[in-house]
Amino acid sequence: MSAVSAVSIPAAAGEPFLKLDGIRKTFGRFTALKTIALAVERGELVTFLGPSGCGKTTLLRIIAGLETQDAGTIVQGGRDISRLPPMKRDYGIVFQSYALFPNLTIFDNVAYGLVNRRKGRDEIHRRVGELLKLVGLPDSGAKYPGQLSGGQQQRIALARALATSPGLLLLDEPLSALDALERLRLRGEIRALQQRLGVTTIMVTHDQEEALSMADRVVVMNQGVIEQIGTPQEIYRAPASAFVADFVGKVNVISAVAESGNRFRVGGLMLNGASGADAVAAGTKVRLYLRPEDIVVAGVDADHANAAQGKVTKVEFLGAFCHVTVAIADAGDQLLLINVSRHSIDQMSLAEGSALRIRLPADRMRLLA
Amino acid sequence: MSTAAADLLVLAAAPRVKPIAHWHDRLAQALLLGVCAFLVVFLLAPLFMILMKSVEDKNGAFVGLRLFQEYFQTPALRLSILHTVSVAFAVTGITIPLAFTFAYALTRSCMPLKGTFRVIALTPILAPSLLSAISFIQWFGTQGALKWMLAGASVYGPIGIIISSIYAVFPHALMIILTALLLADGRLYEAAESLGTPTLRRFFTITLPGAKYGLISAAMVVFSYTVSDFGIPKVIGGNFSVLALDIFKQVIGQQNFNKGAVVSLILLIPVLVAFVVDWIMQGRQQAQFSSRAVPYAPKRRTGFDTAMFCYCLIVCVLLLAILGMAVYTSFIKLWPYDKSFSLRHYTFGLVDGGVISSFFNSLRMALLTSFFGTMLIFGGAYLIEKTRGMPVLRAFIRMLAAIPMGVPGMVLGLGYIFFFNHPDNPINGLYHGMTILVIVTIIHYYTSSHLTAVTALKSLDNEFEAVSASLKVPFYKTFFRVTVPVCLPAILDIARYLFVNAMVTISAVVFLYAPDTQLASLAILNLDDAGEIGPAAAMATLIVAASTTICILYAVITRFLLTRTQAWRRPITI
Repeated sequence: MSAVSAVSIPAAAGEPFLKLDGIRKTFGRFTALKTIALAVERGELVTFLGPSGCGKTTLLRIIAGLETQDAGTIVQGGRDISRLPPMKRDYGIVFQSYALFPNLTIFDNVAYGLVNRRKGRDEIHRRVGELLKLVGLPDSGAKYPGQLSGGQQQRIALARALATSPGLLLLDEPLSALDALERLRLRGEIRALQQRLGVTTIMVTHDQEEALSMADRVVVMNQGVIEQIGTPQEIYRAPASAFVADFVGKVNVISAVAESGNRFRVGGLMLNGASGADAVAAGTKVRLYLRPEDIVVAGVDADHANAAQGKVTKVEFLGAFCHVTVAIADAGDQLLLINVSRHSIDQMSLAEGSALRIRLPADRMRLLA
Repeated sequence: MSTAAADLLVLAAAPRVKPIAHWHDRLAQALLLGVCAFLVVFLLAPLFMILMKSVEDKNGAFVGLRLFQEYFQTPALRLSILHTVSVAFAVTGITIPLAFTFAYALTRSCMPLKGTFRVIALTPILAPSLLSAISFIQWFGTQGALKWMLAGASVYGPIGIIISSIYAVFPHALMIILTALLLADGRLYEAAESLGTPTLRRFFTITLPGAKYGLISAAMVVFSYTVSDFGIPKVIGGNFSVLALDIFKQVIGQQNFNKGAVVSLILLIPVLVAFVVDWIMQGRQQAQFSSRAVPYAPKRRTGFDTAMFCYCLIVCVLLLAILGMAVYTSFIKLWPYDKSFSLRHYTFGLVDGGVISSFFNSLRMALLTSFFGTMLIFGGAYLIEKTRGMPVLRAFIRMLAAIPMGVPGMVLGLGYIFFFNHPDNPINGLYHGMTILVIVTIIHYYTSSHLTAVTALKSLDNEFEAVSASLKVPFYKTFFRVTVPVCLPAILDIARYLFVNAMVTISAVVFLYAPDTQLASLAILNLDDAGEIGPAAAMATLIVAASTTICILYAVITRFLLTRTQAWRRPITI
């Protein structure tokens, strides 16, 4: 990809492209953001993930200059942009609503930011053609936004945002207004495009699957604070907080009491903790987190460590696999959700009321406050 | 002290981040300040002057509430309050059921000629309120064609005021109720029908509650209109005194401006009450209709459709009879003695009488009001809704924009006398000029136009301005390239509304005109006063003709725009 490329601004080696420090924002008595610090590397795609009202959109709007933070600094490409108006910042933005100008053709929409830069007509034509090809809609220039599907409109909005080769691309829930299939398709396209252009990108989403599948790094937010920053793998495998474990993917929560020697008691059941974990004082009440797909159901012997005897209370068919709910009698009828493949269900002929021995692997179990 | 507490202290001490404003933002804010200054000078200051004058005597000495006391001790003036309120109640009580039935017929029946009925029902808007008064005098007056129908009662007085007012307010009530009925959710009726709900019960459980807010709003508009109107009681009221007329008599007749101020404040009370009731009700209406509502489609019912058709036919015939009588009067020699066709009321009465210039004044005033009013009101609404910064000022301007709806034209006009005729006012040169007539008319009709503009602007994507800024395109470029073209139907609507109202306005301008800026509606008043009812009818007919022309022009332009330049409004599904 040579013709279309993001403008690169030389920055001091080792400095992140975008650096937020101590960002705070309140709306009246409501604190939207509490002292946010974040660094985004050049060429990275970072997603802000969290439930509605967690402050992710506010943070994006602060980066765009559409809102002003109460305190804190923002440095982009070595330049302090904390107080700059949107016009003086360097980014392209795509909104959930597309925000295409309905009375202008697709061509004029994409050229909107170019015309103002006093580029020659030929150059504008070449550039718009290039961008429309890039987003896979080369022949739509003469149409109006109302004549395109939602997914096509969002591609045009992306082309418009990229037209001026901004250093930073901001995507505010770009896929939320689309239907499921279109969303899946566009997800892959945006990621491929972003990697080809190497443009530093921040995307806000409340869809964990979207965040995990597209991002280099995920920023999980809740109630105005960053809960965790990490690669999708880290976020899923090693959630840093109960909130992250619960919000990203499904998780079983087991209330337990710590015993000596990295062991935990759940009712009448004793479980070994993960080796190498920080020791917890005996008698402390803790909660253990375990993903449904990490629980082992096949070939479990009674003498295996962390084995438990249970009874199936519900089997929910989900297509490729099933959600099996098991009640553990020893653990005070603690309910556990387990992902079991359809193949295994058939093999073990699991149904409501079946007895099932399971194992809770110690190395997959996480202890969170 | 813990470190966390120390951090908090540091944060509390740190100054809030102050964004650097781009000169575009500064420009928008300066324009916003301009709009605010305009409303303060031409709305707030005159109203404030009325308050001041009501507690002063003729020599400018402070007398507290003495003038109010005197007012309430004068039995004749006290009677005016009773008259005004009872007439307004009667007009409201009759007009709302009439308009509701008409709107119900238009939305819930399958009768033919719906479009024609609707257009005819809205024609009174084009006429000055005086037209109906003149027409009723011709029908029921001393020499009236149908005088016998009143069985000895006189049309000059409450009867005349009530029927003339009903004619004038009918279209206003109809439009509001029509909108409310059109919003009905067809799914509710389907659900009720599938549950076997009888028709009458459906009407009382779905239709009426659904239209409740529309009905209240319409009632408040009718009530305030009737209370504030002064043209109708002047022409057909006889000796029946009402508040609006009292202000006129105090100011023009007795030159007692302070008494006028007192009466106008009393007149303000019922109108403000109506305005506040409506405002509270509109606030409650939020989210009554979901975006998934399905429009109601009426089914054919022969008996009901026939009944509704007959009702609408009768109403339309009556409305046309009123308009027609005025037009007819203007084209005959002398009612009721010589009914042969003649243009003498136009040629001799208006042109030779030198009154025709007032018609051209009105045209000029209406065009200027329409042009500058639309620019100011739409531009102001845009600046409030779509630019950044100064939240307090924005809220203040929003409040100012809502006020004119609750201020009778006479009160506004009187305030203008006090404020602009003041020797110390540096802009008192405006007094008696065309400019002040244009400005007072813009202010008088500000609220409705402002609401139309805000509704249109709110339907635009909120992020157009954000996208433009990210593309480094100045806001005013996006305003002209996107906002104005997309809102063009609403802009034309505002322009038409201002034009039509400027052509017929009377109460706000009656105190402010000079001999060379007399307007057509005021000429009607003076001609009628002089007993020249033929030329008065001719002038009213000219106003109707001008407004009709503008409305037809509006319809043609709108259709042309929608089919040609606004191709993007019709999505082609692919």
